[in-house]
Amino acid sequence: MEHVVQHSDPHYDPEASKLGMWLFIFTELLLFGGLFIVYSIYRFLNPEAFQMAAHELNITIGAINTIILLVSSMTIAMSTSSLQQKNKGLTVLLLEITIMLALIFLINKYFEWGVKFEHGIWPGSQHLINDMGQGEILFFGLYFVMTGLHALHIVIGMIIIIVALRRVQKGTTHADRPSLLENAGLYWHLVDLIWIFLFPLFYLIH
Amino acid sequence: MEKEKHHIVPYKIYFYILIALITFTFMSIGITKVNLHEYSVLGAMIFATLKSILVLTWFMHLKFDQPFLRFMVGFVFLVFLAVIFITFLDYYYR
Repeated sequence: MEHVVQHSDPHYDPEASKLGMWLFIFTELLLFGGLFIVYSIYRFLNPEAFQMAAHELNITIGAINTIILLVSSMTIAMSTSSLQQKNKGLTVLLLEITIMLALIFLINKYFEWGVKFEHGIWPGSQHLINDMGQGEILFFGLYFVMTGLHALHIVIGMIIIIVALRRVQKGTTHADRPSLLENAGLYWHLVDLIWIFLFPLFYLIH
Repeated sequence: MEKEKHHIVPYKIYFYILIALITFTFMSIGITKVNLHEYSVLGAMIFATLKSILVLTWFMHLKFDQPFLRFMVGFVFLVFLAVIFITFLDYYYR
C-alpha cells in the first residue's frame, strides 16, 4: 500500500483498524445469523401461528423506525465525508443528528413494547401462556429477544458515536486520523443492516 | 494501491442511496400487501437483500475498500446461507 502514515504515532494503522472492526462485525453477523436461523425454522414449523401473531405488530411504527435508521445511517456516512473535508462543524452536527435519530428510534421502541405489555404480551406472561399456542409463544419470544438485542446494539452504538463525537470536538479524531469515526460508522451501519432484515421478517408477514 | 486511500464520497451520493433504500422499504411493504401467499416472503427478502447490498457497498464503503475485504464479507454471507440450507435440508426431509 502506497499510503504513507504522516503522523508521529507508529502504532496507528487505519487499514488494520478497519480489518479488526470488520472481523468484529462478522461475529455480530453470525450472532444475529444464528437467531435468524432459529426464526426461520420455527416459522417453517408454525406458519399460521407466526402469521396470526404478526398481526399484533404495527407496520406503520416499524416502517417509521426503518426510515429513521436509514436516515441516521446516511447522516453518519456523511459525517465521515465531512471529516475528510476538514469540516469539523458539519461533522459534529451530523453526528448529533445521528444520535438524536437513534434516541427517537428507542423512544418508538419503548412505546411499541409498551403497547405489547398493555395487551399482556411479554415473555412468560399469563396471557401468552394460557391463551396462545406454541407458535405464538415462539414468535413473541423471538420478537422480544431479537428486537431487544437489536435495541441493545442501538444503545451501544449511541455510546460509541458519543465517544467519536467527543474526539472530533477535541480534535483527536481528524481528517488524518479518522479511524474511530469510520469504525463507529461501520458499527452503526451494522445495526441498520440487521434492522433491514428484522423489519420484513417480523412486521411484514401476511 | 492505485486507488487513493481516502475516497471522499460526495454527500449527494449518500442522499441518492437513502432515497433508493426508502423506496425499497415501501416496495417491500407493498409487495407483502398484495396477496402473493408464499411468494410474499420471497419478495420481501429480495428487497431486504437489495437494501443490504446498498448499505454494504456505499454506506460501509466496501466499494472503495480492498478486494480481500469484499471477498471476506461475501464469504461470511455464503457461510450463513450454507448453514441455513443445510439446516432446512435436515428439517424438510425429517
